[in-house]
Amino acid sequence: MFQAVSAKLAQTLLVLLIVSAASFTFLKLAPGDPVSIMLGSDYSKTSYDQLTHELGLDQPVVFQYGHWLANFVRGDWGISYITNQDIFELAVMQALPVTLTLAALSLLIALLIGIPTGVLAALYRNSWIDVLATTLAIGGNAFPSFYLGIILIWVFGVDLGWFPVLGFVAPWEDFWQGLWHLALPAVTLGAWYVGLIARITRSSLLEVLGQPYILAAKARGEPGWRVVWVHGMRNVLMPLVTVIGLQLGGMLRGAVMTEVVFALPGLGMMVTTAVLNREYIVVQAGIMLTGLLFVAVNLAVDQTYQFLDPRLRRR
Amino acid sequence: MNRALALNPQAVEVPASQDALLEVSNLTLRRGKAVVLDGVSLALHSGETLGLIGESGAGKSTLAMALIGLLRAPEVQLEGSMRFRGTELVTLREADYRRLRGNKIGLIFQDATAALNPCFTVGEQIAEPLKRHLGLSKWDRRERAAELMHSVGIPEPALRLDAYPHELSGGMQQRVMIAIALACNPELLLADEPTSALDVTIQAQIMELILDRVRALNSSAVFVLHDLALGAQVCDRIAVMYAGQIVEEGPSERVLAAPLHPYTQGLKSCVVELGSSTLVPIPGQIPPLNAMPAGCRFAPRCPRAQAICGEQRPVAETRDGRQIACWFID
Repeated sequence: MFQAVSAKLAQTLLVLLIVSAASFTFLKLAPGDPVSIMLGSDYSKTSYDQLTHELGLDQPVVFQYGHWLANFVRGDWGISYITNQDIFELAVMQALPVTLTLAALSLLIALLIGIPTGVLAALYRNSWIDVLATTLAIGGNAFPSFYLGIILIWVFGVDLGWFPVLGFVAPWEDFWQGLWHLALPAVTLGAWYVGLIARITRSSLLEVLGQPYILAAKARGEPGWRVVWVHGMRNVLMPLVTVIGLQLGGMLRGAVMTEVVFALPGLGMMVTTAVLNREYIVVQAGIMLTGLLFVAVNLAVDQTYQFLDPRLRRR
Repeated sequence: MNRALALNPQAVEVPASQDALLEVSNLTLRRGKAVVLDGVSLALHSGETLGLIGESGAGKSTLAMALIGLLRAPEVQLEGSMRFRGTELVTLREADYRRLRGNKIGLIFQDATAALNPCFTVGEQIAEPLKRHLGLSKWDRRERAAELMHSVGIPEPALRLDAYPHELSGGMQQRVMIAIALACNPELLLADEPTSALDVTIQAQIMELILDRVRALNSSAVFVLHDLALGAQVCDRIAVMYAGQIVEEGPSERVLAAPLHPYTQGLKSCVVELGSSTLVPIPGQIPPLNAMPAGCRFAPRCPRAQAICGEQRPVAETRDGRQIACWFID
């Protein structure tokens, strides 16, 4: 057990190292010069060389990477050229909680809509309910989130005025205000996930309901709702969690779009702004955090399997 | 002859049997246009065991599923009557049927490995009908589940309560299945090929266990089997099924010793016996449901078949204390 977990952790660290090296190299190759951006349009050769030296940009890339990695591990992620903010503070304390809250709320909405939709579609297979659910599911999956976001802002934010169109209020500071501000972004991002969850629930449940143990549960006199929601859904959790974990990348990609559309100060917004400003070190921090998040979720999903399927438990 | 049984598909009258636990008369089950069960009639009394014998596709399991109400409208169309303790099952409301399932009527599945939910402990699955039908408290359920496990020969039940199905052997899983089916002391136990998924070495043990428990509870049992000799050995009476019809029904010894219907005779000569060098297979196979002959369904494979067999359904006749549906009984 301990061995398996430590092997997994070593693997995870290796993945993160590769991510950091690759992204560091690519960002070095990207066009744009941070020194000239920082200095503005009017500067002398001396001040340019001096700043380049101060930032360590005159050293070989390998040294720069080693230097950056050592500092990164210590939590010293550097200072933003533009806002003079500590990047660790900006990324981990400010942007990350926003993105996590958005993602969690979107997932919750997607589960609350997607699972019942999938179950209904499976129970009334090939009926109009199934067709409607499948159409909505595929539609939600195919509809671009930036476009859905704009439509939601237009209808519910501007026209009806029910929801604020931008800004972020932390739910842990003011719960209802926070939810109110996050409602439209969470629906936008969640819509993409609803389709996925509904489709997986439908197909997995159909497979499970054909199993003899479902018939056996009925033969014990279990009522229909219990057969579906307890005996059936308990066996659907495993494929569901797998897909949710695997599609986290898509979720983070969607979060970038959604944050930009709704001007939420999350990781996506941070990286987008940094890219436009050619602030490599902020982009790098964003990439590392995203990678870390992705790897952490996969690790968590792996651990959940044993909890979800008794057959995978080690004794 | 109080073990009355009507076999005639056209029969309107079922011989009176006041104390029959289960009385099926002229039961027809349709799946779309296909007639899966065709005019099945039988009666089962308290404490009696009946073997439904036939090859695959004969409708034995279908009949068992129909009896416990897992195969009914709107999935299939049922006609005729199934009476359990005088209650008509064909038209019974689903909510009332549910109160019988796992309570008064128990079902043992063929493949326990597939019929036990992999995500719940065996204790939880045995306790389920105890909660549903008897309303026992959590503590009582655990205690009773352990007792049941003990009664079906599972050693150290207290330790095995929290085991998951995959942690038990196939034989132990089937014992759990039996414990579940018997949890509420059913009056009628249905066993669908209860040993065919098991190793030969434990088949006899499990069969013996089921019979032993059925006798101890004074329940009646219907065994679905494909082995005529085994059926005759474990059951009081035998009903031989072919293509959704009962072709011969009667006391085990007599049916096995001197089968009268040509299909039963064919089944008997398929059995390999020690010292006998002849093994006579029945030629051909059960016709598909959409191409059933109009008359006797066995006619295309029957060595005795004549013109009338293909045209008219044979009327069941009583002979030697049995019912045989054939135009040319020896």
